[in-house]
Amino acid sequence: MTKSRLFWPLVVLAILLLINLIYDPSFFVIDIRNGHLTGSLINILNRGAPLILISIGMTLVIATKGIDLGVGSVIAMSGAMAAFIVDGNLGDSERLFPLFLAIALAIGLSAATGLWNGMLISRIGIQPIVATLILMVAGRGVAQLITGGQITTIYYEPYSFIGGGYLFMLPFSIYIVAFVLCVALYVTRRTALGLFIESVGGNPLASRLSGISSKNIVLMVYMFSGLCAGIAGLILSSNVASADGNNAGLWYELDAILAVVIGGTSLMGGRFFLMGTVIGALIIQTLTTTIYSVGINAEVILLVKAVVVLIVCLLQSPEFRKKISGLFSSSRKTPKDEGVNHHESL
Amino acid sequence: MNRFKLNDRMIPVMITLMLFAFMYSFGMFRYSNFTSPQVFFNLFIDNSFLIIVAVGMTFVILSGGIDLSVGSVIALTSMVAASLLLAGLSPIIVIPIALLVGPVLGFLMGCCIHFFNLQPFIVTLAGMFFARGLSFLISVETVSINDDFFRFMASTRIPIGNYFISTSVIIAIIVVCVAIFVAHYTKFGRNVYAIGGSEQSALLMGLPVGQTKILVYTVSGFCASLAGLVFTFYMLSGYGLHANGLELEAIAAVVIGGTLLTGGVGYMVGSVIGVLMLGTIQSLIAYEGSLSAWWTKIAIGLLLLLFIGLQRVIVHRNDKKKNTISLKDTEGSDQIAR
Repeated sequence: MTKSRLFWPLVVLAILLLINLIYDPSFFVIDIRNGHLTGSLINILNRGAPLILISIGMTLVIATKGIDLGVGSVIAMSGAMAAFIVDGNLGDSERLFPLFLAIALAIGLSAATGLWNGMLISRIGIQPIVATLILMVAGRGVAQLITGGQITTIYYEPYSFIGGGYLFMLPFSIYIVAFVLCVALYVTRRTALGLFIESVGGNPLASRLSGISSKNIVLMVYMFSGLCAGIAGLILSSNVASADGNNAGLWYELDAILAVVIGGTSLMGGRFFLMGTVIGALIIQTLTTTIYSVGINAEVILLVKAVVVLIVCLLQSPEFRKKISGLFSSSRKTPKDEGVNHHESL
Repeated sequence: MNRFKLNDRMIPVMITLMLFAFMYSFGMFRYSNFTSPQVFFNLFIDNSFLIIVAVGMTFVILSGGIDLSVGSVIALTSMVAASLLLAGLSPIIVIPIALLVGPVLGFLMGCCIHFFNLQPFIVTLAGMFFARGLSFLISVETVSINDDFFRFMASTRIPIGNYFISTSVIIAIIVVCVAIFVAHYTKFGRNVYAIGGSEQSALLMGLPVGQTKILVYTVSGFCASLAGLVFTFYMLSGYGLHANGLELEAIAAVVIGGTLLTGGVGYMVGSVIGVLMLGTIQSLIAYEGSLSAWWTKIAIGLLLLLFIGLQRVIVHRNDKKKNTISLKDTEGSDQIAR
């Protein structure tokens, strides 16, 4: 059981939840209020929805040995686009047409940004960090251009359903996440696509020679990441009923990378674990909730994240494992441990 | 020494310089106030800390790495300096301590990168979180500075003719001169270029790869701390959100300055011109008035795209040239000479 990739992330999540339980005995209680399920656990799922979405997209990108730094900006752009549509003359709260137009345009815009990143990386051959850096810098500018530099407040009622609405007693955003996750899981685990993505991450040249269209796989992965970020942007802006080009989705790219790494996906590409990523994102969200509920200064969370990233990365590093096992070389357990690690990495 | 011959590697720097000259003259043409030399000096005054950071970043990028922690180190340095001054320590003690912040963090990050073979990107990302978290741990509020020496550094104007520069500009210029010397005339500089060109080859040549890599991050950390100090002179306060996102501007300046992000190719002067270019864009947009601040971001993004595309073309051409050399190996000598 401990061999499972999900074991350690799940243990961490459980510990975090237990800490919460100690500070707040009613933490696990789920009530029904006004026909809605409410409670801290539901809250974590609801608040964590955008992060989970982005992390799912980021997982596939990292699986191809890439990285997408532009997701935070795409969040801002998508929110700004939607706000621009529903805030204009179209924003009369009787009809649903503006809602669908806003969703379509925002998602179209985010897919276009994904296409842009994917083209730069797969066709022109720019390093992923650099190519997506362009969008990370310029994207916020574009978002502010759309909102006119102001924080646009959205008064259009139906729009708030995306992030704040309820369906069958649960927040609507949870359904969005579940849907995207199921699609991603199905497409990557029930079709050959997942294998293709892993093979491109392992060795793009070898996969091209064996007949996989590496370039199109890379292009598609970035488009999917852009799409996920766009949906997350809709949820976030709908949640706060406003669009802020400057601060919406700030640092989300880093949180997403962190979630992916905690979930056991290596930054070196070639392997990915979608469920691990989801748990990683939930860990980050629970950590935030915990820090608030324990009453520690909210900014300290950065410090905690730094330590977590470093530990996870060190644990993934073969050199570190070797050094640690070298320290305990007298202990007879070591060869067995290393055998396990070796097995895991295969 | 054929240093003045225009080789391939100088092309991006030349393009940057030309673009800078073009933008600046466009400004002079359009706004009468822009012709004042003071505008030019202001570029240095307002961006001296960015110049210092960009110099450190150039070393890191030349070695093939990246340092995302510089903005946070600036914030941490300003916070350490401000809080120690608040505690009543004299600047003679405070400044060395503040200057130690970056090198220590950089050294630790370099060690992680070298000894455990972690990606620079993720390690410095952790460093970024760590430094910002630490500065918030010291204080969440802005800590203002009332120290006489810091005020002196902030307000002193050094006259040049009818115009003036600030003390921070002097510091920045010294840093740039030292960096140019180190990069081009010392063993360390050569090693950095060699590692950026090909780490494998550098290792096989027997160069001290690990030592150089760790030192590169230490140097970048020191530059960030020094920039933090200059920034503190400029702002006269310490705050955890100071210099938010500055690492992106520094990377942008280095790239616009013609340094190859894969490492091994680039010049310190280029990065300085890159910073001046970013500064010019900002002042042009400020002078225009009707344009809003976010156009700066879009303009920087477009410039990044332009220069990354340019790098791609140059790398591609070099690869082709290498291929032709290896193909025509028999008549290779005059090919190489060209």
